[in-house]
Amino acid sequence: MAYKIVAANCTGCSACEPECPNDAIYETKNGLFAIDADKCTQCEGYFDEPQCASVCPIDDTCIPA
Amino acid sequence: MADVISIEALQKGGTAGSGCGTKGGSGKSSCGSAAGAGDLPPEIWEKVKNHPCYSEEAHHHFARMHVAVAPACNIQCHYCNRKYDCANESRPGVVSEKLTPEMAALKVAAVASAIPQMTVLGIAGPGDPLANPEKTFETFERVAKLAPDIKLCLSTNGLALPDHVDTISRFNVDHVTITINMVDPEVGAKIYPWVYFKHKRYRGVEAARILSERQLLGLEMLTERGILCKVNSVMIPGVNDEHLVEVNRAVKSRGAFLHNIMPLISEPEHGTYFGLNGQRGPTAQELKRLQDRCSGEMNMMRHCRQCRADAVGLLGEDRSAEFSTAALAGKEVAYNAEARQAYQAVVEQERAARRSAKEEVIKETMATSAGQAGDLAILVAVATKGGGRINQHFGHAKEFQVYEVSAAGARFVGHRRVDLYCQGGYGEEEALDGVTKAIADCTAVLVAKIGHCPQEQLQQAGIEAVTAYAFEYIETAALRYFQGYVERLATGEVVHGTGRDALIRQGAYMAS
Repeated sequence: MAYKIVAANCTGCSACEPECPNDAIYETKNGLFAIDADKCTQCEGYFDEPQCASVCPIDDTCIPA
Repeated sequence: MADVISIEALQKGGTAGSGCGTKGGSGKSSCGSAAGAGDLPPEIWEKVKNHPCYSEEAHHHFARMHVAVAPACNIQCHYCNRKYDCANESRPGVVSEKLTPEMAALKVAAVASAIPQMTVLGIAGPGDPLANPEKTFETFERVAKLAPDIKLCLSTNGLALPDHVDTISRFNVDHVTITINMVDPEVGAKIYPWVYFKHKRYRGVEAARILSERQLLGLEMLTERGILCKVNSVMIPGVNDEHLVEVNRAVKSRGAFLHNIMPLISEPEHGTYFGLNGQRGPTAQELKRLQDRCSGEMNMMRHCRQCRADAVGLLGEDRSAEFSTAALAGKEVAYNAEARQAYQAVVEQERAARRSAKEEVIKETMATSAGQAGDLAILVAVATKGGGRINQHFGHAKEFQVYEVSAAGARFVGHRRVDLYCQGGYGEEEALDGVTKAIADCTAVLVAKIGHCPQEQLQQAGIEAVTAYAFEYIETAALRYFQGYVERLATGEVVHGTGRDALIRQGAYMAS
């Protein structure tokens, strides 16, 4: 199971990137952010809630893939 | 393009431009304490005297710039919507392009070389600088190397502040602004839906409690280290307007230097929670009354223009488009420290001249008008493009500065943004109507020049447009006007109107 970022909602603010314990979040060539599904663990084993969704300023942007 | 006032214009008062259709002067602006050299301890005056956001006096002469290196935020505010950026938009939390620290430092050097008035670099977002600590401090480090005379400051929501106070101190950041909208978490819960703290999203009262504790702790830690702190508060009628008096006491007791109460911006088209839910901002008189209530407690800043996180120029104008990454690409930047020092020397002379002119006219007014005037106070709007003089054409003003004038002196109490009235022939009636509403609580508007038609229309609205003081110092002119007004009241030539209010215009400065 992994999370994804809805590109249409992403503002490119980068808040999620440093919070990811798996280094799964990267900047795309148009300045937005995306999640590498192979690396994402939904933060299990690290935190109670997925960090990207906790810090994202836009609702329903970091969601289960 | 908006002009920053030139050294020549500063000394001679400059020209007003010639009527409609010609290239206009800039909008003027302001952010800081009204206190001048005589009112502050010398070491504090040295720190604030060239900082437009910390000294109302300095904002007539000096410019600031923000670099948008900090896009991430760690809290959500009901007055902010991070999705919106329009080129004609002017408000905090919004920028047109993100910058890397390296690009930002080059931009600062380029702007500082082109605009000798630029004395301050602030990092204010568009998110929170301390939610992006690496980018923020790398930018400060690079700027300190490239342009060592530029003052560094930052503006934060305070949540991460206690973790970074020592770094702030080490980088010689000597001005920090914290936005504090409440000290009661029950009030805070109506302003902040959530905060992200220690890897967890907190909501409601709990979120507001954490935020408030961190803000006040950070404020105490900064003032202990001798770093000047300004507190910004957004006035939200019915939510925290009464409560801000308590906030004022709380931040004063913790050593804040200056309190800046700003009106809520809540246009529905910005898409903020408050905007979409019909939460209104305060009127001009509501804002002024609250500022006046707090002014006995500490210095109040009334010249804040709520600028964008990438604004460039004097407060109230924005030259950021001239210094975009695209515009700077491939340009060599030679840092021009001499021109900057020369400008600052001229400002010191002007400053002294303005101060002594003001002292003289206050004496004169006390002698001639105090008896007749009693405790009469009137509001006077002025059109200025900098230098502390009445030097702008009515039709070119993007904003008016408002002074409260009594026999005891002329005191800056705020500014009113207006649409650019003179825009080449269309929509002028509507625009003039907007100007009239924005300064409806003023007895007069002092300008360098004005056309016959607008002068008549203002007269009908009870506002006297006056050109007799063109290019004079603002306070001197306002007091001379006041002397004449008191005489005319005595002879029955004019009748004093009371109880008027004005609208605070929201939205964008128009590109000129």
